[in-house]
Amino acid sequence: MVTRGRDIAVLIVVILLFWQGLHQFTGTGLLTAPLDTFARVLRLLGTPSFWPHLNESASAFLRALAIAVGVGLTVGIVLGAHRLSGEVAEPILVALYSIPKVTLYPVVLLFFGIGMPAKVAFGAIHGVVPISIFAMNAVRNLNPIYLKTAQVLKLGPWATARKILLPAALPEIFTGLRVGFSLTLVGTLIGEMFGSQRGLGHLLMAAIGLYRMDTIMAITLLLVLFASAINSILLVVDHRLHRRV
Amino acid sequence: MAKGEAHVTLQGVTRVYPGVAGQRPVHALGPLDLELATGEFFSVVGPSGCGKSTLLDVLAGLASVTDGAIRFEGVPIHGRVPDGIGVVFQEDASFPWLTVEDNIAFGLRQSGVEAGEVRRRVDHALSLTGLKDFVRAYPAQLSGGMRQRVCIARTLVLEPRLILLDEPFGSLDQQTRLLMGDELLRLWRETESTVLIITHALDEAAMLADRIGVMSARPGRFLEIIETGWPRDRDSRIVARPEFGKITGRLWSHLRVESLKTLGQDRPPL
Amino acid sequence: MIPPSEMVTALAGILASGRMSAAILRTLRIVGIALVASIIVGFVLGALLHALPRIRRTVDPLFATYYAIPIYAFYPLFIVLFGLGDVPILIIGFLLAVVAMIISTLNGFDRIPPVLLKTARMYRMRRVRTALRIMMPCAAPYIFTGVKLAVAYSFIGVIGAEFIMSGSGMGYEIAFAYSNFDNQIMYPLIMLVLVLVTIINMVLHSWEKILFERRRRR
Repeated sequence: MVTRGRDIAVLIVVILLFWQGLHQFTGTGLLTAPLDTFARVLRLLGTPSFWPHLNESASAFLRALAIAVGVGLTVGIVLGAHRLSGEVAEPILVALYSIPKVTLYPVVLLFFGIGMPAKVAFGAIHGVVPISIFAMNAVRNLNPIYLKTAQVLKLGPWATARKILLPAALPEIFTGLRVGFSLTLVGTLIGEMFGSQRGLGHLLMAAIGLYRMDTIMAITLLLVLFASAINSILLVVDHRLHRRV
Repeated sequence: MAKGEAHVTLQGVTRVYPGVAGQRPVHALGPLDLELATGEFFSVVGPSGCGKSTLLDVLAGLASVTDGAIRFEGVPIHGRVPDGIGVVFQEDASFPWLTVEDNIAFGLRQSGVEAGEVRRRVDHALSLTGLKDFVRAYPAQLSGGMRQRVCIARTLVLEPRLILLDEPFGSLDQQTRLLMGDELLRLWRETESTVLIITHALDEAAMLADRIGVMSARPGRFLEIIETGWPRDRDSRIVARPEFGKITGRLWSHLRVESLKTLGQDRPPL
Repeated sequence: MIPPSEMVTALAGILASGRMSAAILRTLRIVGIALVASIIVGFVLGALLHALPRIRRTVDPLFATYYAIPIYAFYPLFIVLFGLGDVPILIIGFLLAVVAMIISTLNGFDRIPPVLLKTARMYRMRRVRTALRIMMPCAAPYIFTGVKLAVAYSFIGVIGAEFIMSGSGMGYEIAFAYSNFDNQIMYPLIMLVLVLVTIINMVLHSWEKILFERRRRR
């Protein structure tokens, strides 16, 4: 555990040094230095008008995540439980995973119009596919011996699901949730970069238009920190769950 | 190698695994002494975790000794697998991407043996192990027993003078084990090689070997080496002889004590 | 929304007239370069990292959180560094694909059963020989999975970047058609992307079956 922390610290230092080096190399004004970026982040967080954008993004993301998780888990578990439908659906889902969903964006916009619903939809379609794929595999790969054990223990269907099937399938399902989390975040953000007048994505686009490098990097840094932090926590839980199995 | 000298000599062989990530070092094996005569069939039995597989790794040159010395045909073994030793591992080591034929021929082709010789030796190994009908099959299409035969065949094809087997029939049912034991004895006689087999099955150890080494709980040492006195042309029907029951009885009385130690008790649980 | 049959005919018309050919070729060219580069670099880096476990342990957290990072946000940075044109788009496609290749390569080498490496030592094979004759064939199915992922991510990265902020290429044309409410171009182009990706996936899938079918345990 201690060496792990030290390795991560080394990694962060290397990245910061690389960043600083890049800044010196390209000259001031082109790439903001790490310290200045951090300063900009703090200033942004201190600006009252920043927070509504942050809230907009956060609420869009959470809604998209809820839909992605809800739909993904349901679809995945149902497909996993029914052998035949699962086998038919798997190649379709995998194919959906590879599609550049950005290209579907115009269709989404036409459907939902500009604003929150479109963002939420976009984030959701990014996240729902991996969640369902992983959930489906989790259920399909359940060892049949578990069902036999439940029968021997005379457990009813609910108890079987809760006490045996769920813990058995959980590690794989959780990995899907973790991947889905990241993809939903990216999807919501990309959604915001377009048809939206609010949110971090929109701020990013605006900053790009005005060539405000420090703002661009500050918002990017904020997103990267948030994504890495949550993902790291989810990873730890993911590892714990997998070690149990 | 001088006349009369043992084929393999182990003197004071010890193996300690260094501690990893703050854990204590593990004294897995020894000190162990053993001499294998040329052409003998030796089996090793012992409780789980006593270091049987470590013994095999060390004999094959796959692991180095922490203390002591091993000599094969008079030459010390030093962390490299010497020429003339073949190993059949516990796990299935067949290459899934090659046919049975290519699996068996692999080692020979690696050494640059010319094609005609490869052909001859592979054919011989195929008939020895009864795999002639499966030449072009892939391991995935074969049963566990067949895959182990492939591993045995690919070892035989190198014409080793010492054959080491680590629980080769571990996953097979009892009847198949007995029949594979017959096959192994036949191969031993035909190749005239020295064989050492590690097994957890007492009857297998008693049936196959000229001598049986009984290992203690970890760190593994030989408690006793039992001579069976079987004739060279034996097969599995030897299990019907009264001496067989006596030998397995002696093996179990040793192993029962050692196995209980491994379980952490010195009295039976029930 | 226009009916699918109309989409197909419109697409046929667009392809026949050749108006979009430049954009399509441009996109495919960039995807191709990003793909080849990410496969080669990804494999080499994966193999290197596998051979150097200390460095791998240090870099591992980066891979784990990599796909959580909104990589398109770095696009302006790349424009700043490399100017407008093909390079920033190529880089985004490459960056998305290469890590998938690295992770798959690492996974493939990780999954080599240790007994096969012991067998190599029994044959007294040297390191390079072992790597080429045993490790590579053994890891091949997983490395192929990496190739499939690299294909997907190359497309996603390149077309996504073109869509968001570029002056040419299929992604851009779709965005342009959208902003001009030109459904006759937008839908067929979207369909073309979907069809292309699906066909490539199907081809890869059948290759995979041919290459590795004999290895699967029944």
